[in-house]
Amino acid sequence: MTGPGLDIRLVACAKTFTDGTRALEPLDLDIAAGETVVFLGPSGCGKTTTLRIIAGLERPDPGGRVVFAGRDVTPLPVEKRDIGMVFQSYALFPNMDVAGNVGYGLKVRRIPAVDRRRRVAEMLEMMHITELAARSVDQLSGGQKQRVALARALAVRPRVLLLDEPLTALDAKLREELRIEIDRLLRNLGITAVYVTHDQAEAMALGDRIVVMERGRVAQVGTPREVYLSPANPFVARFIGTLNVVSGEAADGHLHLPGGRLALNGAGSIPASGRLSVAFRPEAVAVIPLINPGDQPHPDGGLIGTVTAAFFLGDHIRLVIDGAGESAIVALAPNHHRFTPGDRVHLAVDGGAMPFAEG
Amino acid sequence: MDRRDTPFLILLALPAVIVFSAFFLLPLARLVMVVGEGRDGLATYAVVLTHPRYLESLVATMVLSAGVTAVTLALCGVVGVFLTRNRFFGQRLVVAMLTLPLSFPGVVVGFMIIMLAGRQGLIGDLTQALTGNRLVFAYSMAGLFVAYVYFSIPRVILTVMAAAEKLDRRVEEAARSLGASTWRVTRDVIIPGLAPALVSSGAICFATAMGAFGTAFTLATRIDVLPMVIYTEFTLNANIAVAASLSIVLGIITWVALAIARSLAGTTVSAAA
Ligand SMILES: Nc1ncnc2c1ncn2[C@@H]1O[C@H](COP(=O)(O)OP(=O)(O)OP(=O)(O)O)[C@@H](O)[C@H]1O
Ligand SMILES: [Mg+2]
Repeated sequence: MTGPGLDIRLVACAKTFTDGTRALEPLDLDIAAGETVVFLGPSGCGKTTTLRIIAGLERPDPGGRVVFAGRDVTPLPVEKRDIGMVFQSYALFPNMDVAGNVGYGLKVRRIPAVDRRRRVAEMLEMMHITELAARSVDQLSGGQKQRVALARALAVRPRVLLLDEPLTALDAKLREELRIEIDRLLRNLGITAVYVTHDQAEAMALGDRIVVMERGRVAQVGTPREVYLSPANPFVARFIGTLNVVSGEAADGHLHLPGGRLALNGAGSIPASGRLSVAFRPEAVAVIPLINPGDQPHPDGGLIGTVTAAFFLGDHIRLVIDGAGESAIVALAPNHHRFTPGDRVHLAVDGGAMPFAEG
Repeated sequence: MDRRDTPFLILLALPAVIVFSAFFLLPLARLVMVVGEGRDGLATYAVVLTHPRYLESLVATMVLSAGVTAVTLALCGVVGVFLTRNRFFGQRLVVAMLTLPLSFPGVVVGFMIIMLAGRQGLIGDLTQALTGNRLVFAYSMAGLFVAYVYFSIPRVILTVMAAAEKLDRRVEEAARSLGASTWRVTRDVIIPGLAPALVSSGAICFATAMGAFGTAFTLATRIDVLPMVIYTEFTLNANIAVAASLSIVLGIITWVALAIARSLAGTTVSAAA
């Protein structure tokens, strides 16, 4: 199948549009051959711009360079870069049928018709759309269209695959299904892939590494585990997953909150006293239902609060708890518990509360 | 559609039907009758189609119109796409200039061509100075051709620009990412994308050129285009039956050409691969 991908280096790639918009601050990034890197960030943070610079659809500002496998490709336009692209809007050729779309890149490369047909059939089979070969593209569902787009991009055996929010236009179930398929494809083909999304679940599932971006800057580069468990800054922490942030007075190794106090031993270098914020993930909270009205928080650290909302999500229950901190705290509880709004609960936060400097 | 809506819909369509009958069907029927009542009766059609003078003018008019349509489409396709894709100083002015002829009567366009390429024209002066020979083409087919292209541009370019505005740039980028050169992208993506607009505006362009009178009246002193022949037969020769049958032939040819163009457009859109 497709040969091993190539490695990509971005050197000081910045982008200022002609209208003066600074879409990207100088960016340096190394992407290993065969790696899947996901660009993640809120709308307008420069993900698409970065992808288009890699593709050659956009030139970086002077001084920026794009290097493919040691070769500077900055001056090369997109058609000379040997890449595959997949767009959120599918961007299929409306005047060609499915097979015509998938075979287009081969036709441009003057591959003989016999080989072309064989390759197209192979691609259609790989994407499980063989029966759609003769369909016109406006008779396809969104999921089918994106399968055609993937087959079309992969048919020419590109060494880099660039995907810009390929699943955003699809409904949740299809998104999951196609995401698993894309993951399988990228692993099997060993192709270098750059994937843009603003969906953190997608980023976690697909990325070998995630590049979190914020307003044209890289906020953090790391494995899904790293960005989730040790976010580089409050922005990353808030953007990836749900994060509880509580503020209170620190004294004698504890953070004092309306619903009790939290031990600060797990939180690294923390000032002994003064006003402080800490953050923790919902799954770091152990929730115990309280029965007696007179129950007190655990002396080693614990908070008491009231359930204001409980969502049964199948594999767990998601709780919103008031009164423990100044603002609501989100916690997860095992699904065998039963909670109703108004229940009093005890919260213990597992050692991993992070010191949190408000950005 | 609901069955109960039908009477209501007929009622809504009634004004259009009345206008259509009064101003289109009745005069047309009258025209057909005029031919029938003429000296040769329905044989007038045969005369019109076999008589060298009429036939020649018919063919000349069709060739001229087809040429004008082809050149206008090519010109407006390129310029229209360029104008929608590039922002530059004075762009609005350029668009305004290009659409200016929309408001000119054909006579004025003819007059402008005379000033450009007539005996006292600009091109004449220029070629005289450069080569010693005066180039005068205002009163020939070439003059008509330039004039027709000039007044066809506005209709076509506005349609093309509207269509070019709606082209999905991502599709072009997808083609390029697959290795397509600019020329390939133009052929495989942009032209098919513009095809419906090109066909519909081309059809209007062709029809207008077939029937254009004011410009022909000003310029066609030595050449016979069909509208001029009809005018001459009608006013000077009082040969009303021939004028009427020529009118009907002109109408039918234009209509058939438009129908063919439309069905062609249908097949290019669905079957190109
Ligand atoms: N052609 C352009 N001209 C001017 N500004 C642009 C252009 N393209 C993008 N921008 C701006 O550059 C910034 C980054 O845009 P970009 O498309 O890279 O964002 P994104 O991260 O992909 O966002 P989204 O998730 O909404 O797609 C935005 O502020 C955007 O408005
Ligand atoms: Mg984007």
